[in-house]
Parts: sequence; structure tokens; C-alpha cells
Amino acid sequence: MPGNFVPSEFIVNVDHQRCRRCKRCILNCGFGVFDFQNMTTADSSKCVACHRCVVFCPEEAITITKNPLAFKEHASWDVRLRKAIWKQAQTPGMILTGMGNELPWLGIFDHLLIDACQVTNPSIDPLREPMELRTYLGRKPESLKVEGENGDYALEDPVSNNIKIEVPIIFSGMSYGSISLNAHRALAIAAERLGTLMNTGEGGLHRELYPYKDHIIVQCASGRFGVHSEYLNAGVAVEIKIGQGAKPGIGGHLPGEKIGREVSGTRMIPVGTDALSPAPHHDIYSIEDLRQLIYALKEATGYKPVSVKIATVHNVAAIASGIARAGADIIYLDGFRGGTGASPAIVRDHVGIPIEIAVAVVDEQLRKEGIRNLVSIIAAGGIRQAADVVKAIALGADAVAIGTAALIALGCRLCQKCYTGNCSWGIATQRPELTGRLDPDWGAERLVNLVNSWATEIKEVLGALGVNAIESLRGNRERLRALGLDQTTMDILDVKPAGR
Amino acid sequence: MLIGKFKKWRVEENRVPSACGLSGFINTSKKLIGGEVILDSMSVMKERGNGLGAGFAGYGIYPEYSDFYAFHIMFEDESGKRTFEDIFCEKMEVACGEEIPTRSNPNITDPPLLWRYFAFPRANVLSEAGLDADDFVVRLVMKINTDVPGTFVFSSGKNMGVFKAVGFPEDVGDFFRIDEYKAYTWIGHARFPTNTPGWWGGAHPFNILDWSVVHNGEISSYGINKRYLEMFGYECTLLTDTEVMAYLFDLLIRRHHLPLEVACKVVAAPFWKDIDHSDPEKQEFYRSLRMTYSSALVNGPFAVIVGFSQGMFGLNDRIKLRPLCAAAHGDVVYIASEEAAIRQICPRPEKVWAPKAGEPVIARLKGGA
Amino acid sequence: MEIIEAVGMKDEIKTARIDALGMHYRELNEKVRKAIRDGYRRIMLDHVNGQRYIGDGLSEDAEIVINGVPGNDLGAFMDGPSIYVNDNAQDAVGNTMNSGKIVVRGHAGDVIGYGMRGGKIFIAGDVGYRVGIHMKSYGEQVPAIVIGGHAGDFFGEYLAGGIMVLLGLGRSASPVGDYLGTGMHGGTIYVRGKLDDSQIGREVRIYPIDEEDEKILGRLLEEFEEETETNLSNVDALEFFKLKPFSHRPYGDLYVY
Repeated sequence: MPGNFVPSEFIVNVDHQRCRRCKRCILNCGFGVFDFQNMTTADSSKCVACHRCVVFCPEEAITITKNPLAFKEHASWDVRLRKAIWKQAQTPGMILTGMGNELPWLGIFDHLLIDACQVTNPSIDPLREPMELRTYLGRKPESLKVEGENGDYALEDPVSNNIKIEVPIIFSGMSYGSISLNAHRALAIAAERLGTLMNTGEGGLHRELYPYKDHIIVQCASGRFGVHSEYLNAGVAVEIKIGQGAKPGIGGHLPGEKIGREVSGTRMIPVGTDALSPAPHHDIYSIEDLRQLIYALKEATGYKPVSVKIATVHNVAAIASGIARAGADIIYLDGFRGGTGASPAIVRDHVGIPIEIAVAVVDEQLRKEGIRNLVSIIAAGGIRQAADVVKAIALGADAVAIGTAALIALGCRLCQKCYTGNCSWGIATQRPELTGRLDPDWGAERLVNLVNSWATEIKEVLGALGVNAIESLRGNRERLRALGLDQTTMDILDVKPAGR
Repeated sequence: MLIGKFKKWRVEENRVPSACGLSGFINTSKKLIGGEVILDSMSVMKERGNGLGAGFAGYGIYPEYSDFYAFHIMFEDESGKRTFEDIFCEKMEVACGEEIPTRSNPNITDPPLLWRYFAFPRANVLSEAGLDADDFVVRLVMKINTDVPGTFVFSSGKNMGVFKAVGFPEDVGDFFRIDEYKAYTWIGHARFPTNTPGWWGGAHPFNILDWSVVHNGEISSYGINKRYLEMFGYECTLLTDTEVMAYLFDLLIRRHHLPLEVACKVVAAPFWKDIDHSDPEKQEFYRSLRMTYSSALVNGPFAVIVGFSQGMFGLNDRIKLRPLCAAAHGDVVYIASEEAAIRQICPRPEKVWAPKAGEPVIARLKGGA
Repeated sequence: MEIIEAVGMKDEIKTARIDALGMHYRELNEKVRKAIRDGYRRIMLDHVNGQRYIGDGLSEDAEIVINGVPGNDLGAFMDGPSIYVNDNAQDAVGNTMNSGKIVVRGHAGDVIGYGMRGGKIFIAGDVGYRVGIHMKSYGEQVPAIVIGGHAGDFFGEYLAGGIMVLLGLGRSASPVGDYLGTGMHGGTIYVRGKLDDSQIGREVRIYPIDEEDEKILGRLLEEFEEETETNLSNVDALEFFKLKPFSHRPYGDLYVY
């Protein structure tokens, strides 16, 4: 069959009048699109529209367009589906993809509106008056015993073992392997500067990042990559990763292309092999097993807080209740839009439930059982903007985690080809000639800028809400209204429709 | 949800924000003072209300029944009253049940049935429930407010009572014959609601047991305060954000045994910036407090005056967005939204001051009287 | 109209007296306005307690003397007259005042001089929160507020022009709360007494007092001393901190396009 049986998605055009033959495009493209035969040539079939060439061409001589090849329209048979079948007919296998759910499922955040104060309540001026975003993650008691009298009071048992973050935004776990060491460095530096946290993901922690321990959550996933006692103590908390939003029910996946010497060393597996994490933790087949692992980790780390990360699935509320009672201090909920470096498209796009609903039902369930104070809830999976952060917190989350947004700040275009390891931006790759492009300090500054921008926007909205501390927004569904959601969804979210 | 609770008033099940005028005073020697004094004080603050609600709480008004819980109940109709009495008399030993004496006033229209019952939980009921009397009464109040149609408890404390209605303070005071009562603490409220009128239950003071709260402002954290309280069995049924204040103080002080000043530091928590600048012990104390009780932080502008059997206190939000003035003269401590309200009944107080944001003004009965 | 005493010419000023006992503010203010229309230039109000809006919107060159506690919004939008209060005042004194003088020989409440555009406010005692918010000045029109005692948080918030002086008399602790001058981008604040960096808004810097400042302070304090009958003999211009904004555009980098 001809090589172009499956037509290229994009067409690369080089304006040869403008091209000054500097060959930067050849150097920059991680996918081998460009070559030079008397003039710059492009193999469009390899293009993934990551724009690296466009950004770095000094003459702006390159444009990338969608292949204008016409397909007969069909409302049910999207072109994407036709192409998938061609690919699978050609080579049997699951369609692999990267990043988060790309299908047009209803976006609940985009149907929620935020309240503001008018007349009956003053808005507060975030530019000039205090606005508090500080959040503590961890287990809290239901009440406090105060001793003493006549103004001289002390606590019998002060609250301890909580992690302070200055903004309610942390970086999601993205494994070293799925992303480059420079990307990990950038996240660590940024987390330290912002007073927040990054997460190692399931690929272990490079030694070089041990100094950032006060701002790192170390993850213990089913593959147990890089998990040793020094590693467990190299963070401020340990996270048991049961699942992630991009691929509920299956384990992490790092293709052999991305396993070079360093990754091999950190993960302790052979170079070039595929790192396919087991679907379950083989020591957690039931909730009491989870409790066992949680306490094993606590014993091994001097009782650091333990977080449990789950993909949000249908009975997430009951699962969360179990996790809280099993001894977790933090529950990380990863919604169905969560990103990944590699996942079968069927799982990424069709499995799981939205984070908005998950946060709402988990928060409500824990309150109903009177155990909400046992855990902090982190919401993740498609947090794209500060408005999403505000809404997630109003629905009940203590904080949110961002993965895709962080990578986009570093240059990612969402081309969804992370699993190839050819990321031209030096983010989702291990090829040294590519990873060298991502300067950790430059990256850290961009991440700090992004989070600070969102923090300012959140304060602006809090001020409009007449609230000057984030805890007064947390779980305060009353400050949200729905527009265009069906009644059942509104009931589940416990959010009224606009106008009521 | 409150379906079927409201037959008479077509009220949207929405919180009613309101702005208001407050006044309160306590004679710390427990000397009893006539109700006309609180009316006089309130008369100076007419601008702060719009006639759509007013109310008073008096402490020490029922000396002959001082050991009984005095329930002030509002009934929409007779059938609600019958349902209520069935439940109530089964659980409670009732020493006396009678209509609250009222005087006809042309500006108080369409009153509901207003009754008071002096009662105590039956011993066998208490032991079966495994609760102490206070906890039992709270639970009963929540049940009545949620389940009995058109029926709401205005107050449930001992030797005290809440009188409230739709109207201006002087008319409400006249209607309830406030001038015929004598109390050692009086607190009063004039309301300026911005939603549908006609809802008697929405007037202040809000009460549970002997905690009565009058409030000026709007609680922007209401949504989460309410959900937090629901975890502990409190149901917010009275469609006014102030309700959470009364329940929060009951929870923090009576059930969690936090000292009053500490409970005030939960509700009006110090800023992280100030906590970070204090000495290490205080840092740990206030940090723990804020972490544990984050959903009890009351945000938004507020000034409250709270009466309880042993005293009275006033509190502002932490950036003082609502006015509050305090004064002391002899045995009496005064707190009000405006100094003029105090000067009306105490022309030359020994001491007048403005409370600081987030710092309570606490007056207690002498010698734990 | 029951003016109790048309006192005739007192110090050559045609004076009237009104007993405000139990009088609604509307009636009281109407009487005040009528007295001014009738040519009285000093109006004494007795038994004032809580009546609002006294002096609001008045622009005549008259003097109002208040015996008692006036209600909120005293002298709001006022443009010319002088008001003397021989007791405490409440909130919103001199709200958006354009010119004139208000002297309170006691304490005052919150939000004093909000949006003030000219004139002077002298408070002998303490004031509450949010005093002097967004005062403005232009050319010769420079408003001034002088406080004898202490003030709460947000003193001079968002100050765009004008002069604020805080004396902190009789107080050893800091005379001011937090967020002093937050959002300031014009005007000057002088504070006498203890001041810590943590109390100052981030748009503000402390500068040394110079000769010009000494002159300004000298003039203002002389007038304050006389009007409020406060003894300022122990007050030295050099004890003051001078606070000014370091930028006229503190929020220039807030937005990204």
C-alpha cells in the first residue's frame, strides 16, 4: 500500500523566497520533517504541528496548515475515527496517544458561573487589602482541646504533619522519563520559589533534585520505579499512585524510545525496554491492603503525610471514603481529562468521570460521613485557567494540580506525540540534543510567572466574592451557578441554576 | 430540602441578605432592666432598618421558670401546632404552654401563632437517647425546624426569650409588650432585608439554647459554614445567614469547649501575616486553630452582638467592615452599631471605645452569678 | 420654626440655636438650611444624638456647632462651612468633602474623609478604620486630615493626593494599624510615633522630613492646636515619619495583553 494511505494531518509550507537556508528548522524539528536538498524540503507526513520550526525560523518562512484534503462529511464518522481504523488495519495494536482527553465531552467548568458582591455585601479590594491563599494539606482533627484560662491558653495537641503551600496550586506528577530531567528541574525550582509542590511522578527522583525535598512529593506507583528508602525520605510527602485520569485502571507507560541511560539508572530497568507499570499495585487488591501500604510508608518515613492518587471513576465517592478511613492524609483526584505521556486512546478518551463531579461527590460524601477533616482533596485533570481553580475549590477541593498547563508554559503545543520521545521542545523526550534546549531556569521562571498570574487572578475573583481567605471559598457551592447544565448534574454538584 | 415547610409565605429557598442596626447591653450585677430601654436605644438607629424585621432577646425574663427551657415557637397554622405538640409533649415534660402575650399594633399585620412552652426533656427520653439535656434540645429544635410544616423555634434557652417579627423595632417591641419584661441583658436588632418581606422567621435575633445573635452584615462564606455545621447535626432552615453564627458558637464553645475568646479567633481568624510575626507558641496555636476550623471562618463584613446566659459579647470581622461601638458605665456594658444608640440610654458613659477588628468585647456576669 | 434662641450678634456673627432633642434628621437639617437662608452664620445645635447628614451639601460660609453626637455622614459633600463637634462623631465624617472645615473635639469613627477633595478635618481623639481613603488633590486644592490620637488599619488607603497627619498623642504603642497607605499613589502621610515596616503598604516608602515638610506641619498643627484645644507643646516636627508613594503607577505591571 502507498505510504500516504493515511493522509498527513498537516502540510508544511516553506516560503523559499524568505528562507535564508540557515537550517535551523532541520536542527530544531524533533520529528525529522526537514531536510536540505538544494533547498529546504519538508516531509509533511512526519509533522505534528509542534511549531518549533515556526518559532525558531528567523524569517518566519514556515507555515503549517491543516491538510485541506477534503473528506466527505459524516456526523457520526469523524475523520479521526476513519484514520484510526486505517492505522489498526495496517498494524494491529491499540492506538496510542498522549496528553489529555481530546473529545468534545461536556465541559462542566465552562457551564459554571461565579458570584460577585453587589450592594448587599462589599467586594474586597485585592490590590490593597489582604487576600489569603495559603493552604495546608494534610489531616486535621475534628476539634481542638484548649487548656489554660484567663487568656493564657495552650493546645493539648497542636495540629502537625501538614504541608504548607502559599497558593492552592501544585504541579501534578509527571515522571522523569515521560518528561526530561530539565523539565523536572524547572518544576522543582519553580515549586521552591512559589512555596508550593511538585511531584516526581512514577519515575523516581534524580539525585540532583534531592535538595528540593521540602517542595517535592515522591510518588510510589505500581511499578515501584526508583522507590528506595532514601527516595521515600527525599520529599515532604509520599503519594501512592493507584491510577491517573488519563488511563484509569491501567498502569503508567513509558515506551522504550524514552529509556536511555539516565532513566534506566533512576528507574533501575534495562535501557530501551518498555516500562509498563502493572495495572494494580500487586500488594493492593482491596481497601485494607491500601491501609497496609499507607502505614508501611508512614513507618518507613517517620510518619510523613501520605497522599493517594486515584483516577475519578463511577463510585469515586465511596472509594474516597475508604481511602480516608485507610489512613491517607491527602486524596488526589485525577479527572478524565488528565494528561499523560502515553495512553491507549480508548482509555484516555472514554474512561473516567469529570473532575468537577468527582470533587463535588467526594466532598459531599466525606462531609456526610463526618470525615471531611481527615483528608485534603486535590483536584486535577484539565485545570486550564484560574477560573477553573476557583470553581474546583468552590466545589470542595483544597487545591488543584496542573500538569498540561505547566507543560504548555514550557512551550508544549499539545501535539499529543509525547510517547514518541521526539518532543522538539525538550519536554517529553530523553534525546540529549532535544532536552538540552529546555533551560531549567528559563522554564522555572515561566512556571513561576504562570502560577503567580493565576494567583493574582484568583485574588481578583475572591475580592469580587467579598471573601479574603481561600478557606471561605472552599466547598462554598453557594457562590457558583450553573448555566446550561441538566437538573441531575446540578443536583449532583449541588449548584443552583443561574437566576435562583 | 425544605419542601412543604413554607405554605404561607411564598419565599424562595434562598438566603436573604440584610443590613441592620444592633444594640445590646448587660448589667453585670444581674440587675433587671425594663425592655423600654432597648427600645429607646434602637429608636436612634431607624435609618439602619427598613421596617421589614426587628427583634429582641432578653435574659432573666422568666425567673419563675428559670430551670426550664423556654421555647418561643412560631406556627403558621393550627395543624402545625398540633403536629408540634404531639412530638414535643412526647419528648418533653411541659410545665406550662401558653400564647406569648401580645398587644395589637396597626403596623404588625398577619402575625403567625406565637406560643411559649416551659419544658424539660423527660428523663427516660434522655437516657434512651444517651444525650445530655442541651444536646437533646438542640436536636429537637433541628427536627422541629426541618420536619414540622410552618413551624419554627425562635428560642430555646433557659430564663430567656427571643421576640421578633416583621416591622419596625418600636412596633415589634410594642406588639410583644417588651416594656413589660425585665432582663439583665437585652439585645436588639432592626433589619434591612433586600428580599421578599413577610417572613417572620428571618428576623434577628437567631437563637439556639441560650446563644442569641444579632448581626449586621452578610456572610460570604455562608455556603461552606452551613455545610460544615450540617456535619454536626445543625440544620440551617431559617433562610438567613446569621443562623450559622448562633450554631457556630454553640458548636465551638458548648460542644468543643473552646474558650470564648478562642472561638472568636476561629470565627474572625487572625491573618497569616500576623500569625507568622508572632512568637513560636502563638504561631503553632493559631495555625492549628485555622487549619482545624477553616470551614468555621466567617468571611464577609459582620458585626455581631451575642447574648448568652453568663454574659454578652460583640465581635467584628477581621477588617472591620461594619461599625461597632462599645461603652461601659458602672455595672453596665453597652455595645451598638452607632455611639448615638448608646448615648441615648447612657448620656455620659465612663468609657467609650471602638472595638478592634476581630477582637471581641466580652462582658460577663460578676462572680459567675 | 422653633429656633429657641435667635441669639443676636455673638462676636458680630448672627447666631441661632436649635434644640435637636428627639428631632428627625430631615427636620433638623431643614431647619439648619433655613437658618442659613435667613442669614444666620453661626448655628448651635443642642441635644444632637445620632442625627445624620448634618451639613451635607452645604456651600455657604457658615459655622455649625454641634453639642452631642452627630450621626453618620457629617458634612458629606460639604463645600465651605465649618462644623464643630463638642463630643464624639460617628462614621463617614467629611465624606467626599470639597472645602470647609470639620473639627471634632472627641473621637470619630470609620471611613473619615473618604474621597475628600479639599478642606480640613481635625479630630482631637482617635479614629477608626479606613480613614482618608482615596483623598485627592489638584493644584491649590489640597485636603488635609489631622488626627490627635491613633488610627486603625488602612489609614490613607489608595491615597491619591492631600495631607494626612497622625499624632498618636498619649500613646506609646504604634499610633496606626496595618496596611498604612496601601495602594497610595499620591499625597503625603505624616505619622508620629512607632512605625514598623510590616505596617506599611507595599506602594509606600519612608522619607526624611525636610524644611518644606516642617513648614506644612507647622501651619497645620498650629491650626489644629487652636481648633481642638489640644496641647501640642511636646510635639516636634522631627519626630514624624513621612510616607510617600514610590510610584505614581503602582499597578502598571498588573496586566498582560
